[in-house]
Amino acid sequence: MLTKRIIPCLDVMGRKVTKGVKFQNNIELGDPVEMAVAYSDGGCDELVFYDITASAQERPIDIDIVREVAKAVHIPFAVGGGIKNIEDMRQVLWAGAEKVSVNSLAVSNPDIIAKGAKLFGSQCIVLGMDPVKVEKSGKFPSGYEITIQGFRTRTGLDALEWAKRAEGLGAGEIVVNSVDADGTQAGFEINLTRLIAENVGIPVVASGGGGTYQHLIDVFTEGKADAAIIASMIHTGRFTIRQIKDELIAAGIPIRQKW
Amino acid sequence: MITIIDYKAGNLTSVKLAFESIGQKVKITDEPREILQAEKIVFPGVGAAKAAMDNLKSLNLIEPIRKVIADGIPFLGICIGMQVLFEKSEEDGGTECLGILSGSVKKFKSNDKLCKIPQMGWNTVKMTKRHAIFDGIEDESEFYFVHSYYPACSDKNNIIGQTEYADAAFASAAGKGNLVAVQFHPERSGRIGLKLLENFSNWDGKC
Repeated sequence: MLTKRIIPCLDVMGRKVTKGVKFQNNIELGDPVEMAVAYSDGGCDELVFYDITASAQERPIDIDIVREVAKAVHIPFAVGGGIKNIEDMRQVLWAGAEKVSVNSLAVSNPDIIAKGAKLFGSQCIVLGMDPVKVEKSGKFPSGYEITIQGFRTRTGLDALEWAKRAEGLGAGEIVVNSVDADGTQAGFEINLTRLIAENVGIPVVASGGGGTYQHLIDVFTEGKADAAIIASMIHTGRFTIRQIKDELIAAGIPIRQKW
Repeated sequence: MITIIDYKAGNLTSVKLAFESIGQKVKITDEPREILQAEKIVFPGVGAAKAAMDNLKSLNLIEPIRKVIADGIPFLGICIGMQVLFEKSEEDGGTECLGILSGSVKKFKSNDKLCKIPQMGWNTVKMTKRHAIFDGIEDESEFYFVHSYYPACSDKNNIIGQTEYADAAFASAAGKGNLVAVQFHPERSGRIGLKLLENFSNWDGKC
């Protein structure tokens, strides 16, 4: 049986993994390569790196970190944030990443999804989206609006319409990162996740808000997610991936057990 | 030395890095001459069956591949590299393939809208037959899969591993003499995947 994936998220800035709440007050957690190895050995199913930049000032992706991670871990990993064009995608994939994730870039230039899918295959192209809850209306039938640039800018795009459009363009997976839940550890945005998961034919990854075992159980059962991204709950050392997986298995969720 | 066939069907970095991490020397080539001299061959690939077959033809790789398989050189097909070993694929309106393994490649079907196609993620492989590439790997271990089409292997003797997804219980691993092929990605399947690649590296091609 296909298992539900648990994906630690590593926000990398200037060679350090950091974590903040709603993109603010970031604290340093450790070296990205060491953390990737520790989580992979600990049983995570995939990894995602955001904003792998050489420094906070210089924005190009630090391709050396991607290469080092690819040498050190042999599970799939995605790189997002900082991808500006097809050449960036090629560099990241050729350095050994399995997937690239585009977010703000896809909103301003949706064709990048189609181009990337055609050149590298849909399985490589992930659409990341940061929806925020809004009043349901003719403009926002799903009740969620897409934001970009770290939640700072609203786009006027309806979340579900954008998800379907990205699927049509060739995205292979969608990461739904709830602005309202991000970093709160108060639970995933279940309604939003289920809405997207039930209405696209590609895998949906829930992100933002995971803080307890029950949050993960809920997002896989009620939220219908194919995978879940976690950060704070493991970065703080409060839980290990083994503990999380044991609890999910006990709750009857299909989870990879051997590694 | 592991020779990886580069027929422009996707990114070979992860396959190369996986073999290097277990201490193997790796050569990546699209030269028929180098393939004919190889000690062990890996035939990877992602993407569509038709594009893969077209590239094999235009690079003149089909005869060298048939020859090394016939000559008993240990040969490992991965993902599309497994699928094109069968007779034909439903992909791209029907694609004639190499016909080295009997059977065809079919598309997953499901009425459940939550059963996503492609299958993407970790699924269990039931080892239906003993094989050297499974040495030291527990039955029903999970491996990483990404695919929309699956091999329907018509010679049951060639099935060594089986996996269930959507409407299919399919041959996720097949073996025939010195030829072995897997639908999953051992190079992305963590320690257990590396163990499989190590077993292949140490295998003499005999069953």
